[in-house]
Amino acid sequence: MKLIGGLAVIVTGALLLRASQDFPDWSDPLSPANDSQTSNYFLENAYVDAKTPNVVTVVLGDYRAFDTMFETVVILTAGLAIFAVLGWTQREEVKDSAVLEAVEENPIIGITCRLLVPIIQLFALYVLAHGHYSPGGGFQGGVMFGASFIILALGTGLGSALKRFRDTRALVIGAIGVLLYAGIGFLPMFLGDGPVRNFLDYGALKQILPVDKESMARSHAILGIETGVFITVSAVMFAVYFLLASHGRTKNSL
Amino acid sequence: MILEFDLVILVFLVLTAIIALQVKDLLAASMILGVYSLLICLLWAEMGAVDVAFTEAAVGAGVSTVVMIATVFQTRRRSKD
Repeated sequence: MKLIGGLAVIVTGALLLRASQDFPDWSDPLSPANDSQTSNYFLENAYVDAKTPNVVTVVLGDYRAFDTMFETVVILTAGLAIFAVLGWTQREEVKDSAVLEAVEENPIIGITCRLLVPIIQLFALYVLAHGHYSPGGGFQGGVMFGASFIILALGTGLGSALKRFRDTRALVIGAIGVLLYAGIGFLPMFLGDGPVRNFLDYGALKQILPVDKESMARSHAILGIETGVFITVSAVMFAVYFLLASHGRTKNSL
Repeated sequence: MILEFDLVILVFLVLTAIIALQVKDLLAASMILGVYSLLICLLWAEMGAVDVAFTEAAVGAGVSTVVMIATVFQTRRRSKD
């Protein structure tokens, strides 16, 4: 059996190595990814269309906003699936609540984690707010914000983290993030001036935002949807952690 | 793209992958997978894909390692029944 497994690995590896010969060279200007019409359009017009220097943010939040919305839905679904597997069957109260009580065995670790949490959260908010100008955005900031609660749970016990982020609300907050995203997407359809706008066509938000150009409205709307992504990702990250760490036996999750 | 830097990272990538497969302790294996993610993150940052590198550092090296460790602590070698 081991021989067959090894043979399969070697054959697949050889095939992959052979296939990697067909890749274009690194930063080859004539490769399909660099020479296509769309990528040239993105590079030339991203700043004109959305007044955002970070092209990746514009592609993610504006040109490919529909894609990003369902990525957020995928993350929420992953959280719901883990809840369905772990949280559904064992609804009874935990007898030995050692999992949930704040066990501060080592004060150095506990205090260090407590000191780290505000710094991490501040940096997460900075990553979210500064995503227009530097790498980052809703996903990265949200993961870091969720990780700050995970650090609190690791250092001071799951119970003390759950006091600050109720387990009953985590997945509801995750759904609110998706709602915020989809709500900003639906707004342009109902702000009709002339032709009906598409879903997630933020230019129409010019009417309700204090801006004078459609490109600035797009820039602000990207921040809005990134906030939705941030909320969903941070809530789901923490929900996944506490469901796994407590075997789904938090007091009454959802 | 600096060739020497790439070579060092790629060699360590292969090494960490093999070690993660070989090591018997599941906790150590998940820590080594975190190192693997961090090396890939370095590779991407060096190729200029900073957004992807940032995501890899936050998700791959950070949260998914913690989630794997949380799962390892919940698993037992034998089933209860």
